[in-house]
Amino acid sequence: MDIQSCVTIINEWDIVAARQLGRNVAKELGFGTVDQARITTAISELARNIYLYAGKGQICIDKLYDGGKAGLRINAVDSGPGIREIRQVMEDGFSTSGGLGAGLPGVKRLMDEFDIESSPGQGTQIRASKWLR
Amino acid sequence: MNQTISNYIQSHKQQIQDEWINRTKEEADERVVRLVSDRVFVSTSKEFIDLLISNFKGTNEEYTNRLTDFAEKVVRLGWPLTFVTKGLHTFNLIVFEGMQEEGIVTKENQMDIVYEFDRWATPMNNEIVSVYSSTWERTVSLQKIALQELSAPLIPVFEGITVMPLVGTIDTERAKQIMENLLKGAVKHRSEVVLIDITGVPVVDTMVAHHIIQAADAVRLIGAKCMLVGIRPEIAQTIVNLGIDLNQFTTKNNLKKGIEAALELTNKKIVSTGGAK
Repeated sequence: MDIQSCVTIINEWDIVAARQLGRNVAKELGFGTVDQARITTAISELARNIYLYAGKGQICIDKLYDGGKAGLRINAVDSGPGIREIRQVMEDGFSTSGGLGAGLPGVKRLMDEFDIESSPGQGTQIRASKWLR
Repeated sequence: MNQTISNYIQSHKQQIQDEWINRTKEEADERVVRLVSDRVFVSTSKEFIDLLISNFKGTNEEYTNRLTDFAEKVVRLGWPLTFVTKGLHTFNLIVFEGMQEEGIVTKENQMDIVYEFDRWATPMNNEIVSVYSSTWERTVSLQKIALQELSAPLIPVFEGITVMPLVGTIDTERAKQIMENLLKGAVKHRSEVVLIDITGVPVVDTMVAHHIIQAADAVRLIGAKCMLVGIRPEIAQTIVNLGIDLNQFTTKNNLKKGIEAALELTNKKIVSTGGAK
């Protein structure tokens, strides 16, 4: 694993900063435009969740090397209210904020690997990776 | 200002200046020093010290009036704020230490002099910070206005056909404006078809999609039709991955196709006149 770079999410403009960081790393690793768009969109969703629900958190972008494969991992951490029913938020169309409710299940579909840990009052950590093909 | 301090500074001007330049150079961030040439650094430093010293002259009553003027001049030097406040601190330190060496500061009057310094330095510090921050605030608010003017333009292209080209990131503030301008403009121009062009939108996530869907719904309510154009291939794929339903939209991949479709919808056609030149 490489040195990670992080963006702290406090306001809406930090989402753009996180996205920019993700796009740069993806470009560096040699992802194509479609995967770049997928990765930046996933970062955008996760960062917006932090901004909307937790208020403050961090998005870290890691480069992954496994055997001959290279990849990128988004690590979204916050210490916000947490998610009570993870199964529910992973369903399409579920939203507590009147949005589309496509964010988290969408991220799962956009990326190759997806992992979520959360408990009420403890915060949430989401890791999502994409491998270079 | 205390007469003894003032006198000391006046008589040791050159010495203080040299010492200040030396120390600042040592402490200064590599970046700052590397950015400017030696000569520029020395001349600007001289200017800074001159300003500081000129601030000592005159009576206490004039001091507050002079401060704003002084702070504005410092801001005009264009240095980073931390650099200036550190510079002030270094200046005070040099003067105080110098006075100690010469025996002007003794154990008995030490506290008095410290207070005197504080009374002089604190308002100056505050004034500089406030002038700096108000300069920034002004810049930010001007940029905000400039951005707002660019954020959601609505362009009537044919009778009944209007285009809203969107460029750049869409945040909540901007989404609100898009909605407002879209509705206001559609009514004003009596639009039958409104085209939203997202060629310049770098990322379409669920929030952006949500706002666009809402805007289109609202446009439909006032009796116009909304068309989404400029969907790049990679954006199309992410929209599908996200599972966003845009079925109620007519979508086209570029503005040209969109306008052609809009003309068709409004029973218009562009024909070449065919006249020989």
